[in-house]
Amino acid sequence: MTKKNAWVAGLATPVVIAMLLLFAGSPSVTASNQPSAANAAVKIDNFVFGPQTLTVPVGTTVTWTNSDDIPHTSVSTEGVFKSKVLDTDEKFSYTFTKAGSYPYYCTIHPKMTGTVVVQ
Amino acid sequence: MPDKKQDLIDQKLQDLNNDGVDRRGFLKCMAWAGTGLVWTLSGGIPVSRAFAKDYGKNAGKGADFSFVQISDSHIGFNKPANPDVTATLQTAINKINAMPQSPDFIIHTGDLSQLSKPSEFDTLDQVLKGASAKQIFFVPGEHDMLSDNGAQYLERYGKGTKGTGWYSFDHKGVHFVGLVNVANLKAGGMGSLGQEQLEWFEDDLKGRSASTPIVLFAHIPLWTIYPEWGWGTDDSEQALSYVKRFGSVTVLNGHIHQIMQKIEGKVSFHTAMSTAFPQPAPGTAPSAGPMKVPAEQLQQVLGITDVNYVVSGRSLAIVDSPLGA
Repeated sequence: MTKKNAWVAGLATPVVIAMLLLFAGSPSVTASNQPSAANAAVKIDNFVFGPQTLTVPVGTTVTWTNSDDIPHTSVSTEGVFKSKVLDTDEKFSYTFTKAGSYPYYCTIHPKMTGTVVVQ
Repeated sequence: MPDKKQDLIDQKLQDLNNDGVDRRGFLKCMAWAGTGLVWTLSGGIPVSRAFAKDYGKNAGKGADFSFVQISDSHIGFNKPANPDVTATLQTAINKINAMPQSPDFIIHTGDLSQLSKPSEFDTLDQVLKGASAKQIFFVPGEHDMLSDNGAQYLERYGKGTKGTGWYSFDHKGVHFVGLVNVANLKAGGMGSLGQEQLEWFEDDLKGRSASTPIVLFAHIPLWTIYPEWGWGTDDSEQALSYVKRFGSVTVLNGHIHQIMQKIEGKVSFHTAMSTAFPQPAPGTAPSAGPMKVPAEQLQQVLGITDVNYVVSGRSLAIVDSPLGA
């Protein structure tokens, strides 16, 4: 009996530890991954950035996708980020690590403007 | 008919010389833009379908000459609006080569390429090599200055030019100025010439007689056609103030892939068709993107512009021709 209990206890201990690790681990994994896991999208369609103002938490990666038949760019007015020329269906991503307001525009069609607000 | 083009030119010159305004043409196709400017639509512009066989007989009179404007070739574009832009550029060149009186030169008002790729410029060069007119003058469109701030454009097409590619030259008594309004564009703005170029332009015109005909050419229109789509140049008014004293000023632009025309005092503004694909009339579509038309109609909305200068006339006569004619 004693022997068996000890064996069960011996078997149970790693299981419990594993379970504890699992429970302890999952919130910590979520917490540490939150910045890179948060994504947001801006669609370029009909010469418009949509949504024109995008509000996201710090750490969000924003991806612009050009859905037009004409190339566009997404370039920060203050030099924070700068895409290459995006032809049809091409994408550009940037991760915002600091809070602030980031106005940007298409350098080819400067009437096209947008803002990413990072909180 | 053989005299159709000559008749058209004569009539245009007569209209222009009466009072500087082609009122008949204007009334026929007048439209008010939201901005309060008057502009005319392509449907109202006379179109010459037959290039007169005997037009050349007038070539010997004085310094008469003609040149052709082509625009917006967008070599590399391959979307449904025109999957073969190289073929339509070739058609445009064939049309120029078939003219009975060879033009003295060709002006390309920009967007030679779609993405400023070396291969696209190579293809363009290959097609243009077949033109009967050996001299071709260029100004860049925004598509020609992608990625490298126009370094490659300048290397290929802008040797000996100033700044981002502006320059002037004289031909048989007419002063031509190629301006660049697609560089260093500001967020929220339209086309822009910039202070350095404006100063150069003012200086370039200094000392020239007011009777010298002036031809300005640039990619984006130098008059505000539709600001919502960026179809205008923010500082064009300053540039145009420098040409006010001249008796004949012709402004040739591209960018909007359709014909529009405005006459303001002594200044005639004109935009050319594209050789690649049409764009919608201002405000008639959600955006200025390529307009898809049935394949059999494509050649009617692409074309070239033939500009004729007759010494006896005060103005230049402009004849637009669709490719499919």
